[in-house]
Amino acid sequence: MALLEVDNLSIAFGGVTAVQHVSFAVERGLVYSVIGPNGAGKTTLFNLITGVYTPNEGEIRLAGESIAGMAPHELALKGMARTFQNLQICMNMTALENVMVGAHLQLDRNLVKAMLRFPGIARRDRELKDTARELMAFVGLESYWNLGASSMPYGALKRLEIARALAAKPRILFLDEPAAGLNARETAEIDELVRKVADNDVTVVLVEHDMKMVMNISDRILVLDYGKKLTEGTAREVRENPDVIAAYLGSNV
Amino acid sequence: MSILRRHHVLIILAAVLLLLPLVLPNNYYYDIVIRMAINAILVLGLNLLIGFAGQISLGHAGFVGIGAYASAILPTHFGWHPLLAMAAGATIASAIAAIVARPIFRLKGHYLAMATLGLGIITAIVIKNEAAYTGGPDGMPVVALALMGFEISGEKKWYWVLAVVLLFSFWAARNLIDSPFGRALRALHGSEVASQVMGVDVVRYKVAIFVLSAFFASLMGSVTAHYIGFVTPNIADFFHSIELVTMVVIGGMASIYGSLIGAILLTALPQALSTFEGWETVVFGAILMFCMIFMPRGLVPTLAQRFGGRESEGD
Amino acid sequence: MLSQFLQFLFSGITVGAAYALAALGFTLIYNAPNVINFAQGEVIMLGGMLVFFFMQSGLPMPLAIVLAIAIPALVGIALEKLAIEPARDAEVVTLIIITIGASLVIRGLIQIWLGKGAHSYPAFSGSEPLHIGGATLLPQSLWVLGITALVVVALWYFFSRTLAGKAILATSCNPLAAQLVGIDTQWVLLVSFALSAALGAIGGVLLTPITLTSYDVGIMLGLKGFVAAVVGGLGSGLGAVLGGLLVGVIEAMAAGYISSAYKDAIPFILILFILFFMPRGIFGAKVTERV
Repeated sequence: MALLEVDNLSIAFGGVTAVQHVSFAVERGLVYSVIGPNGAGKTTLFNLITGVYTPNEGEIRLAGESIAGMAPHELALKGMARTFQNLQICMNMTALENVMVGAHLQLDRNLVKAMLRFPGIARRDRELKDTARELMAFVGLESYWNLGASSMPYGALKRLEIARALAAKPRILFLDEPAAGLNARETAEIDELVRKVADNDVTVVLVEHDMKMVMNISDRILVLDYGKKLTEGTAREVRENPDVIAAYLGSNV
Repeated sequence: MSILRRHHVLIILAAVLLLLPLVLPNNYYYDIVIRMAINAILVLGLNLLIGFAGQISLGHAGFVGIGAYASAILPTHFGWHPLLAMAAGATIASAIAAIVARPIFRLKGHYLAMATLGLGIITAIVIKNEAAYTGGPDGMPVVALALMGFEISGEKKWYWVLAVVLLFSFWAARNLIDSPFGRALRALHGSEVASQVMGVDVVRYKVAIFVLSAFFASLMGSVTAHYIGFVTPNIADFFHSIELVTMVVIGGMASIYGSLIGAILLTALPQALSTFEGWETVVFGAILMFCMIFMPRGLVPTLAQRFGGRESEGD
Repeated sequence: MLSQFLQFLFSGITVGAAYALAALGFTLIYNAPNVINFAQGEVIMLGGMLVFFFMQSGLPMPLAIVLAIAIPALVGIALEKLAIEPARDAEVVTLIIITIGASLVIRGLIQIWLGKGAHSYPAFSGSEPLHIGGATLLPQSLWVLGITALVVVALWYFFSRTLAGKAILATSCNPLAAQLVGIDTQWVLLVSFALSAALGAIGGVLLTPITLTSYDVGIMLGLKGFVAAVVGGLGSGLGAVLGGLLVGVIEAMAAGYISSAYKDAIPFILILFILFFMPRGIFGAKVTERV
């Protein structure tokens, strides 16, 4: 059974159908990419699967369990984590605290115990700090951990978001354009990082514009165009598909 | 060791509170310090809501009023023990906060500001109108607070009681901020959608912190009523709500010790301004505007950044 | 029975018209820099107080009225220029506190200048009440309603038919985009504040012969105007007008039929009710957030 199954998913905003009858399945342990021209519905698809939007129609299953229409915080509990196209870092916190929030669900969140700082809470917090620091080192941000997020450069924030998502110990990680706005060297680093994540038995679903990166690291690729599934396959299959070439270069080719 | 590091400001505060009676010349000054402490605790609770969670309440004095009048009415008219009355007030305030908050927090924008403002004004009007129980606009006396036969009365006894409560509140608030609960709260202020994706049930956390701050507001209302020995509707007034929000903002949003500084300054200000005879309101308003224009983040964060370069209070 | 109902209705829509003008002022500013202007109530007070002062100093009423609308407009401009603009990047609470500070300054100055007493001036055209269906209607009420209607039509024309009005709408919708197409957003903010203050002042000028005025009436009027704006869905002009009338009428009815002691509480009970059951206000639009 595939880890994530999306079946006939649709959503419309006003009169515009942003995602139309899209179906696909992601096997466990793969790097699965979603590509398509601007406005193809990639981010909308992410928002549907991660619970930010509720689909009008269709079914989403995670490890066989139906999850369509669940709230984002409920999906986090099921082992789902994500990053955002337009960075959603908490600028009012330090880098390390951002990562610690990622581990939210693994902690005792009791208000009274927290105020009285029960010994268990204090100990668990110290452990978490160490884990968070390790994660920051894993994404290559060890030198930033004590810094406020608001004073970090853009490229570092992109990786901080990945560290935060990993802190949740997700089964499946959705990365929405992790290389957007990065230069070639930084993109190569993200490329490497995504691979490292996948090697740690985290299934990765990726939306990305950088074709070199996508072709490089994806096990399978889904191509969307105008909210519809155009094709799906390996990098080679997709690259050679005439419909895909037409969608990217215009239909007259 | 780690306690020393975590709470160094708290330890300084404890030392100051311990030594302060040596220099306070008379009860007038004790009274001002006590009022500062009461305000500081109130403002701390409100800052958790406004500064840390990013939710605006413009009717917090309503909750203070509920606590104050519970402590006034229940012992006087129904013979309740003051402590029981205090608990009842806090329960009522929390319950009202919880009932109102759930639907409101599903909305985005300034609606909580509107709802709390309405709640505060309604509370004040009820207090003014139900004169049979509340004494109406003239107010009513409050019985003294006695714990196990030991009566808390007079400025000096109250000073020590409030010193302890103050230290405890700041200790607990600091703990809360550095806990998973507190981080979730700050995260939803920073990015609501990101915190949701991390598993934070945003509505639940907003409701929880709103209820908590209402609970403490009510308790401090009770304390104020017992300390002064008399309550008037002014305690639930819109102006009192604004005064509290102002203390939060002037001291510094999302700054624990900003709450203390804001409360100290704004409690002292009217005393200092009384020399301006008639011009108090104008000067008070002008100072508010001036502070907010030139230090929009509040005193403590602005000064901390200027002199320490510290990014957050997290450590 | 009917006459009583009519009586409450008349007084409701009269006060409601003033709330509507205040609500329009709130809406205008809320749209532009997204500020809740708590000084809005004070300009209502200012309108009435200034007419009183200028007439007492011997000016003819029309001139006094013009001045009493122009001066609050200048106050609005000063507020924007000196207080809001320098702090524009601050958080919403900070901006709210600034406007509260401004309202304290205005109220304090008026209290020092014109004292704590209640003031009034003659109605615009006599005070011989008209009798309709057994209820009495003051001619001043007709002035209030007529001028409010006129203002609403003028505003509608301004926003939908003139370039300046469209520029303001564009700025409120997306300030950056407006700036990019060459709209002077600085200017738009100034106009919004001036217009908003003038609207409030007009309400005060119209209402004072009926209700009297004093230095401290601003808060309640302003807060109720704010309630009206929220009832109307914050941001919708027509909503603000209908919200104002609705709040006025419900307040008058509840005060008449239920309890006059709780008159001031009614708009706030109403707003809680609406937030519970109609979270977008009655006339508000639905918005989707992009992430």
